Amino acid sequence: MYAQMVKSEATTEDPEKLAAFQARIDAGEKIEPKEWMPEGYRKTLIRQIGQHAHSEIVGQLPEGNWITRAPTLERKAILLAKVQDEAGHGLYLYCAAETLGVSRDELTEALLSGKMKYSSIFNYPTLNWADIGAVGWLVDGAAIMNQVPLQRTSFGPYSRAMIRICKEESFHQRQGYDIMMKMAQGSPEQKAMAQDALNRFWYPSLMMFGPSDKDSVHSAQSMAWKIKINTNDELRQKFVDQTVPQAEYLGLTIPDPELSWNEEKGGYDFSEPDWSEFFEVIKGNGPCNAERMEARQKAWDEGAWFREGLMAHAAKRAARKIAAE
Amino acid sequence: METVVKLDLALFEGLCRLGDSTLVLGHRVSEWCGHAPVLEEDIALANVALDLIGQTQLWLGLAGEVEGRGRDADALAFRRDVWEFRNLLLVERPNGDFGQTLMRQFLFDAWHQPMLKALEGSNDARIAEIAAKAGREVAYHLERSADLVIRLGDGSEESHKRMQTALDTLWPYTGEMMASDATDCALAEAGVMPAPDSIRPQWEALVGEVLGEATLKAPESAYMHKGGKQGTHSEHLGHMLATMQWLQRAYPDAKW
Amino acid sequence: MSGEWPLWEIFIRGQHGLNHRHVGSLHAPDAEMAVKHARDVYTRRNEGVSIWVVPSAAITASSPSEKGPLFEPSNSKVYRHPTFFDIPEDVGKM
Repeated sequence: MYAQMVKSEATTEDPEKLAAFQARIDAGEKIEPKEWMPEGYRKTLIRQIGQHAHSEIVGQLPEGNWITRAPTLERKAILLAKVQDEAGHGLYLYCAAETLGVSRDELTEALLSGKMKYSSIFNYPTLNWADIGAVGWLVDGAAIMNQVPLQRTSFGPYSRAMIRICKEESFHQRQGYDIMMKMAQGSPEQKAMAQDALNRFWYPSLMMFGPSDKDSVHSAQSMAWKIKINTNDELRQKFVDQTVPQAEYLGLTIPDPELSWNEEKGGYDFSEPDWSEFFEVIKGNGPCNAERMEARQKAWDEGAWFREGLMAHAAKRAARKIAAE
Repeated sequence: METVVKLDLALFEGLCRLGDSTLVLGHRVSEWCGHAPVLEEDIALANVALDLIGQTQLWLGLAGEVEGRGRDADALAFRRDVWEFRNLLLVERPNGDFGQTLMRQFLFDAWHQPMLKALEGSNDARIAEIAAKAGREVAYHLERSADLVIRLGDGSEESHKRMQTALDTLWPYTGEMMASDATDCALAEAGVMPAPDSIRPQWEALVGEVLGEATLKAPESAYMHKGGKQGTHSEHLGHMLATMQWLQRAYPDAKW
Repeated sequence: MSGEWPLWEIFIRGQHGLNHRHVGSLHAPDAEMAVKHARDVYTRRNEGVSIWVVPSAAITASSPSEKGPLFEPSNSKVYRHPTFFDIPEDVGKM
């Protein structure tokens, strides 16, 4: 999802300690920062929370692309507030990761060097205004599907960040659908934009859940640790089942000729996305990977003097205070 | 009869001056979203932009009402061309580096805050009400921008240099805020809006104090650009409007 | 030396006169700026009326392994809880 394909780390600690740790998780206890935890748990969490945080920050960019072109003052304010929330969510998540002994600067540098990843979805461009609707409806819809169960994750700070994020995010998907409704019910051009947006965002949204992991060892370990709650396939199925009727209501066509209701399983059958495309995007070959990283790198580099200048002033102020005492 | 019509025209102008300035500055500040030097600052700037966009809705909404030709705030924001915009030249200056953005914000806030305070005393209750609401928001903008100008001016060698450059670049665009024309005089006489030069003592005192603490020096040159309030703009505004108004212009019949 | 802004823990008192509550953390160069950042980051939805900021480094936490000895004694003092006492219903609300 926002943290797709996080590999769990192998753990080689004392089996007795590991068993006690697992027992606490099984009993539904929360693990807090300074408590003992397997090194693999800690490292996997840093990777997962970090990737999630990076996704929020990079995720500002495709939507931010339309803040200056939003068609009304109200739409502009709503979109700005939403993209601002994403910065906030990134901030909460970085702070949660920091309780595990990594700094935000270290995480940022890992993102910029390509050592850490972010969700593949944000490497797709937003080309028309309906894309802003589609991102809210589909991308946030998929994100919420993953984040709601993560409120119950075993690591306390991550769980608390998720609770706050879910509370704030409840308006995001609705604002997206609201735009889609306006577009789908609008002029022929607007309707065409809405269909075009759905065509381009459908499969990338399905990819957000990551490839099937039903046989993955990593996934099994993460699920045992309750830092992953559902399998990728479960979430993807749930997402499709929820989204198809919403598309029907809009009068839009999901770009999948194979899509059909399967009475027996009580869900839709649907086509898999092109996973070779997914792996290319993860590798850096998506349509916007280069631009996204360039934008983050620029903000980081050109902001250095600002961050340092304020530190220099804070040091002066502290020194003056001591001198005055 | 004659004077009533003229005052209505002046009032429309005056409201557009307020609303266009908050619109253009709000737009400029929103350009930073996702690109600021640090997350905390990204979030803080978005709050400022959101306040300014909200104020725009109120000022331009009232302008449309006063005009009485069925134009609402969106029609005024998205369907007027450059020469019809009445914003200050200062706020259409490009963002530049983060120092320039903050300096522009401070120089504007230092005018905006006392201006709104004075507008609270307007004998037009609608104006007084908007000014009171906006004033609460802008008091915080000013606190923040003044603080950052001080910190960066009196920060590292590089931050000091950048803030001084920003001040030198933007200074010639500050005079317009306190310069009066016939419209301003008509509004001041009617007790609807303060005379712009009545804001000058407060602006100068505040700016002087903050620049002093920031160890920055205002340029000696007294030359001041003007024209924004009358619709004569820099080239930058046209590009901003081309971006901002594009959807409304390309699909004039669409509802969004 | 790392030039990273230090981390602060943020406590906010909500609208209803309750205690300040820990809401999260953020980075800021000093305490005054931490308050401003907290206002922008943690009260975007009108959540607070008062903000405290504390350097994260200044927090001393109880050790998790002492959870037993630290909190166990209060477990046994059940008489501190009102439900410990049976008051006849005839007495009315108490």
